[in-house]
Amino acid sequence: MGTFKLLQGNEACAEGALYAGCTFFAGYPITPATEVAEYLARKLPFIDGVILQMEDEIASVGAIIGASLAGRKSMTATSGPGFSLKQENMGFGMLCEVPCVIVDVMRGGPSTGVPTGPSQSDIMQCKWGTHGDHPVICLTPAYVQEIFSETVRAFNLAERYRTPVIVAYDEVVGHMREKIEIPDKGVLPLENRRRPTCSPSEYKPFDETKGDVPPVADFFSGYRQHITGLNHHSDGFPVNADPRIHTDELRLIRKVEGNRKDIIRYETVMLDDAEVAVFAYGVSGRSGKSGVELARAAGIKAGLFRPLTIWPFPEEEVAALASRVSAIVVPELSLGQIIYEVDRCAKGKCKVEGIYRVDGDPITPTQILDKIKEVK
Amino acid sequence: MSFNYDQYIRGGKLPHIWCPGCTYGIVFKSLLRAVDSLKIPKDDIALVSGIGCASRLPGYVDWNTLHTTHGRALPFATGLKMARPDKKVLVVSGDGDATAIGGNHFIHSCRRNIDITVIVLNNFIYGMTGGQHSPTTPMGHIATTMPYGNVDPGFNIPELAKGAGATWVGRGTAYHVPALDKLIIEAIQHKGLSVLEIINACPTTHGRRNKFKSPTDMLLWMKDNFLPITAFGKLPPEKTAGKSPTGVLFKREAPEFCEIYYGMVERLKKQREKGA
Repeated sequence: MGTFKLLQGNEACAEGALYAGCTFFAGYPITPATEVAEYLARKLPFIDGVILQMEDEIASVGAIIGASLAGRKSMTATSGPGFSLKQENMGFGMLCEVPCVIVDVMRGGPSTGVPTGPSQSDIMQCKWGTHGDHPVICLTPAYVQEIFSETVRAFNLAERYRTPVIVAYDEVVGHMREKIEIPDKGVLPLENRRRPTCSPSEYKPFDETKGDVPPVADFFSGYRQHITGLNHHSDGFPVNADPRIHTDELRLIRKVEGNRKDIIRYETVMLDDAEVAVFAYGVSGRSGKSGVELARAAGIKAGLFRPLTIWPFPEEEVAALASRVSAIVVPELSLGQIIYEVDRCAKGKCKVEGIYRVDGDPITPTQILDKIKEVK
Repeated sequence: MSFNYDQYIRGGKLPHIWCPGCTYGIVFKSLLRAVDSLKIPKDDIALVSGIGCASRLPGYVDWNTLHTTHGRALPFATGLKMARPDKKVLVVSGDGDATAIGGNHFIHSCRRNIDITVIVLNNFIYGMTGGQHSPTTPMGHIATTMPYGNVDPGFNIPELAKGAGATWVGRGTAYHVPALDKLIIEAIQHKGLSVLEIINACPTTHGRRNKFKSPTDMLLWMKDNFLPITAFGKLPPEKTAGKSPTGVLFKREAPEFCEIYYGMVERLKKQREKGA
């Protein structure tokens, strides 16, 4: 039996980080994500942890990468405008394969947008926000309990795949309060990055012969190394115009895309015999569940596919779904982003219809029911 | 016996990228001599940089080295230092990297007084990208983005650091090498945020467009115009134009950030033990 608490989503995120062994948080105040920092500011000093309010969002992600290179599990949290600012250093983390967690509590945009309203319009930024080709793992919890457990999973995935992991949820879930169970220590497994077993003189920080996820040595641990945001050789030193760049970037993608089965998680509700499917994540996934229940009550065979991992995208699952339903309804708090991924995977095998909303309120179950009726 | 640089230079990583006539190699050697004299073990020191010619320096040194994004060396260094406050963390940066794109991190690191040594190699120009004006390019100088002479006023880096709260501020040059060794040593020894501006020359993208006929002329310009602060102080005001002081320009004692932070951690833990 764990501990039961009434927590806000952002607080559950902070609890998840603590459970996962996070001892370093750097952030910058921003609505609607600030509570993550505030909660950790109260807790981290008691476990020798570091909480830093940096001068800006860019510095925050720089600091957590620095801390991670020194061996700490580290995290930052932000929202739209801050998430935009973090992108360059997130790319550094991806290329230099630095485990860390970036939380994006999505609010309306572009620009300052609607700071206090929910949104799901950063979901393509999660995938493509930083320049260049890069691996992305992005988790999309919908319930306060899930924000806790997915934050723990985010840290584990970051350590396992040696890469920044994004946790993206919306303002509604971030600010909603629900009862959650925090499991006792040891109930949820925790992971730590693989450290080298070779001698320091043999160590190469990006040694692809050790597998797609080479071992990580901490700074100051005797394994002196060079880390650079330039494309690099296996020994960490810059490389220019060389086939190595191509093969190494392929490895970075492969270490995530090649482990889809391990990374992709989703929930299905009444999907087995469904004729119409709803594909929705986050707060829209909650409405999707209710919408599907309303449809069933009205005699329509509807079901829900709710991804907990949005990147890598559950391509095979959506393709299989498209071949056995007549339509997939995609409610999202944007003017249409993730629907293009669904459509890409459906390959014309079924109708794909969106419900879009960007007025600062969530999509309602009735809106979803109406669309199910329309497309069935 | 001459100094053995090889013990610090990574095998196979030379030659460096710097142009003939660039003074960064002089500073590089001075840095190695300074750290060697302080007997800091190689495993216990990190050198962090951003982007630019100066920022390539860490790649050549056999320490823990980190070449980050443009202007952001200090946040990465802050993360390293806060995670391992027992270790020595140095930042090497250029004038553009430190005071333009990285200006915000620069002033806030000074304010925070975290125990990091910031070495700013000021060559008055964006060298790597081919000679655009920086926040330290003198007024009237030709740059590729100021082809009719620079009209963009500049920073005085030591004054900026002092104003922002740095607790040790110095200036050296690539010409005055024995003095530079001592300045680097003192900057590293200082507990708190230290900023050492080192005047450098970029003959390729700055000097040759601005009436310096050779790299030597640029070193002679340093010789003639950068005076020890005591000598500078004795100059009558009418003779200070175009001249700048070198040496330790400012220092003060103030609590260091890691000590304040981890002091709070210890205090809170004790309070909790008492309460429980």
